[in-house]
Amino acid sequence: MSTPPEHPEPARAAAGGDSAATDDRQHSAPELHAEAAELAEPLGAGGAARPDRPGRPDTSAVPADAPAAERIPVRKTYKLYVGGAFPRSESGRCYPVTGSGGAHLANAALASRKDARDAVVAARSAFSGWAGRTAYNRGQILYRAAEMMEGRRAQFAAEVTDADGVDARRADALVSAAIDRWVYYAGWPDKIAQVLGAANPVSGPYFNLSRPEPTGVVAILAPPMAPLLGLVSVVAPVIATGNTAVVVASERAPLPAVTLAEVLATSDLPGGVVNILTGRAGELAPHLASHADVDGLDLTGADPGTAAELERSAAQTLKRVLRPGGGEDWLADPGTSRMTPFLETKTVWHPIGA
Amino acid sequence: MPETVLPPDPAASNTSLRALLHGLPGVDEVGARARAADLSTRSIKTSAKARAIDLAISMIDLTTLEGADTRGKVRALSAKAVRPDPADPAVPSAAAVCVYSDLVATAAEALAGSGVKVASVATAFPSGRAPLEAKLADTRRAVADGAAEIDMVIDRGAFLAGDYLAVRDEITAVKEACGDAHLKVILETGELATYDNVRRASWLAILAGADFIKTSTGKVAPAATLPVTLIMLEAVRDHYAATGRRVGVKPAGGIRTAKDALKYLVLVNEVAGDGWLDPDHFRLGASSLLNDLLMQRTRLSTGTYPGPDYYTLD
Amino acid sequence: MERQADGIFEYAPAPESRAVVRLRPAYELFIDGEFVPAKSGEHMTTANPADEEPLAQVSVAGETDVDRAVTAARRAFEGVWGAMSGAERGKYLFRIARILQERARELAVLETLDNGKPIKETRDVDLPLVAAHFFYHAGWADKLDHAGMGPAPRPVGVAAQVIPWNFPLLMLAWKIAPALAAGNTVVLKPAETTPLSALVFAEICQEAELPPGVVNIVTGAGETGRALVGHPGADKVAFTGSTAVGREIARTVAGTGKRLTLELGGKGANIVYDDAALDQAVEGIVSGIFFNQGHVCCAGSRLLVQESAAEELLARLRARIERLRLGDPLDKNTDIGAINSAEQLERIRELARAGAEEGAESWSPDCPLPERGHWFPPTVFTGVTQAHRIAREEIFGPVLSVLTFRTPEEAVAKANNTPYGLSAGVWTEKGSRMLWTAERLRAGVIWSNTFNKFDPASPFGGYKESGYGREGGRHGLEAYLVHAA
Repeated sequence: MSTPPEHPEPARAAAGGDSAATDDRQHSAPELHAEAAELAEPLGAGGAARPDRPGRPDTSAVPADAPAAERIPVRKTYKLYVGGAFPRSESGRCYPVTGSGGAHLANAALASRKDARDAVVAARSAFSGWAGRTAYNRGQILYRAAEMMEGRRAQFAAEVTDADGVDARRADALVSAAIDRWVYYAGWPDKIAQVLGAANPVSGPYFNLSRPEPTGVVAILAPPMAPLLGLVSVVAPVIATGNTAVVVASERAPLPAVTLAEVLATSDLPGGVVNILTGRAGELAPHLASHADVDGLDLTGADPGTAAELERSAAQTLKRVLRPGGGEDWLADPGTSRMTPFLETKTVWHPIGA
Repeated sequence: MPETVLPPDPAASNTSLRALLHGLPGVDEVGARARAADLSTRSIKTSAKARAIDLAISMIDLTTLEGADTRGKVRALSAKAVRPDPADPAVPSAAAVCVYSDLVATAAEALAGSGVKVASVATAFPSGRAPLEAKLADTRRAVADGAAEIDMVIDRGAFLAGDYLAVRDEITAVKEACGDAHLKVILETGELATYDNVRRASWLAILAGADFIKTSTGKVAPAATLPVTLIMLEAVRDHYAATGRRVGVKPAGGIRTAKDALKYLVLVNEVAGDGWLDPDHFRLGASSLLNDLLMQRTRLSTGTYPGPDYYTLD
Repeated sequence: MERQADGIFEYAPAPESRAVVRLRPAYELFIDGEFVPAKSGEHMTTANPADEEPLAQVSVAGETDVDRAVTAARRAFEGVWGAMSGAERGKYLFRIARILQERARELAVLETLDNGKPIKETRDVDLPLVAAHFFYHAGWADKLDHAGMGPAPRPVGVAAQVIPWNFPLLMLAWKIAPALAAGNTVVLKPAETTPLSALVFAEICQEAELPPGVVNIVTGAGETGRALVGHPGADKVAFTGSTAVGREIARTVAGTGKRLTLELGGKGANIVYDDAALDQAVEGIVSGIFFNQGHVCCAGSRLLVQESAAEELLARLRARIERLRLGDPLDKNTDIGAINSAEQLERIRELARAGAEEGAESWSPDCPLPERGHWFPPTVFTGVTQAHRIAREEIFGPVLSVLTFRTPEEAVAKANNTPYGLSAGVWTEKGSRMLWTAERLRAGVIWSNTFNKFDPASPFGGYKESGYGREGGRHGLEAYLVHAA
């Protein structure tokens, strides 16, 4: 039943979308070269010399002894991540993403309600397979995500810096924490049932066992102010336990989310387990909150003004709702608090007799 | 299980018998116990109780199976079976008197013309460990001396070893030796260990020609229990539904109080139904039970509890 | 039911005595340790569903009354109850458990009078479980640090609890016992048609000298429930009842930050494979749908039987159902009692009509119904498909819908094809198939080779639209605790 952890997910290539998956793979090599060039610059110059778009070094940062012939960098098209593929929005829309300083960074896909529905379909069809994997296998895939992120530290740091204007040291710490968060949750799948399960001593000749099971498809509003660490912190616990996710990335700073999608796409994560939408939370969230095939709703990143209305919408199909906490310390130990809201307890009885 | 019910097949093998018996629906022990316990909460009061007590008396195989049994003891027991309460002729007779085979003639003489039958344990009761020739001779002699019913024990060793053919052939042979006498086949359920085995042994005995299936010799604990009787009643019920032949059931051993007896009758009523609520199809193998039934009968009619000294010891 | 009128062994009536219950003509609200008249001035009458005779008058709590109760609960929470050690709290719960055991017969008869369910059930199931629930949770009160639900557990505060009429006192126990063990105080509203056992429980709280305000009982109908659930002073809302009302409560609670657990409806599948222990499966099917007249949220109302065993199983099932005894709930031999209310009876009738109109075949045993009271005969619908209303909607009555399947995959797919996810049954003698099936069923309680078993140590609650949160066991404590971040 379970796929060997390091085996590429064959469904992904067949999952459709446009031909983006192969496009992006071709793009990745030059991007990494570009980042290598960035890393070569003196640390202190990072802030001032930061290129205004990730992956495209400003010519001023090129060392003086570089070849004089200027190469035109290859830009990345930021797309959605749905069903393991990287489609553009079916609406054809995109929106400009600006950095903390107000500079234009890139255009991101502006997901439509139809994209959200597609994402729910993808998440639903991936659910039984993902939940049915062995816990060990899920843990390895989450660990693989950490490995893949580690290889793209610089890219993530650059994107975090662009988005939030933090200094390099802070960006590095946030990226490290995000990677370590995958590692943290990679250890949970094969322990959560032992921690949350129970052998119940009922008063009679019955074997009685409770164990946690995933809720199903969880819609997540990722925290807008923590575009990478916050994102990983809300997605990893949901999928660690076997749920699948439709994530609305930080509207303000969606680029790290798309890069994270590229990491997940190369981490043996089956297509559809995580689906990332970029766009207007205000447009997508009500749709997801009322969608009858969504089982759980993580409002962590919801606008406080609309969270209550979203919770009310979710009541129609009795979704499990994780309310916005506010003021989360994303660097703190998350414990089990982000896993338990999207776990069901199943209790099985069986007589004991000869 | 209509399709599983086949007439005894002379060409049967252990393989075919195993396929048949192991193809029966399983028994969940906890569920079977729960059903029996639930039925034992039935509350039998007033008129229902009066009728049930008389019915129970009429179903008793009044039994003495001791090494110290004497002709005198058997004669006294026979007298009691015919007229359980000398003070009240309305009390029905017991169904039979059950004795060892060497005392059959005494019982037959004492019971002649009473309508109370003589039942004899045979086949090297209670262990059943004797050569087949001895068992058959034992059976023939008992029948010749006047036994109308033979209570045989199955070879539990063979059954537990999976030698179903040996068990079946022995029952068939004893049945033949019985002639016109009815054959009660004792499964000795206390040694069969599981309810699955009880169900299989019940079917094996029924298919081999048993007229009754009986729980126990009374010499092995546990003897009769409600769940075991439930399983056996289900077997005769299902067999009847498939073939139209009504095999009887006899729990024996450990049934001492009227309250217990009534629980068995409720079980018969609700599991097998009316068709088994007569002495031709249900018996209670017991001895001290009779006095308790008589005491309860008196209490019900007079409203006061009588003392045990008002009933004969035999 | 006059079964086998000419039979050999007809059971004479064996009624349990009513004398053990001393009903008052009228009951007031229980607030702050006292019975007090409702400021609303309104009353309602609760009646015996078996004969429609009125049993008592009960106050209807209005908004002011609910506010008084919540205020009393708050005061108790911030005062005596909050300050008390877990060990001392636990002793009160043990004390209540003991009194419940002592007064079990009285409460069983009362419950049967007010609810209509057979005395056999209140005596052998409801009341023993009620006492067990308090006994179990009493022991948790000083061990919450060991519950493993998180660091530094503390109570939520005031719990607003609304319970249904199908297991009046048992649902009260499921709500109150864990709440109190965890250190909360409660305001509980029993169901409109079955308020009496909760009011006697209030007397038991007095008898146990439980500090005033820790338990408050407000009686009334939907309006009272709405006032309680919507009261800003409630920190936690717990509801057991219909999915429709559960939705409404979830909407009310949205945005308030109140904790919420919901135990709602179900359409449980009872899957019988062809290798099942058929006689026990029949018992499980009967218990699954006829226990408590089918007024059970976790009822096995959809029988899914493997085609190869269907004919034989249904023959056994019909024979078994013919043995069920319907009638006077106080008769110790009654298996099926009265339908709780005229309203519920009409709902059952409507769905049964729909079943017949949609082409399913209805069968009931020859079963005369008493002339007075609310009654519905045990009913089996065969030829039911997934599309039929009786296969999709919760009937909450003694009506079984029979569907068939051919393969394990089909069984699971059909079982899960419902917005509900509370319970399911699996009958097979093959262990690996049982586990395979149990793993795939999307339901909170799986009974394999048994059905409708309950225990205070066993978590109970649903998936999907059957609600969220668990009641019972270590898991049930979570709803009544908050933890350090």
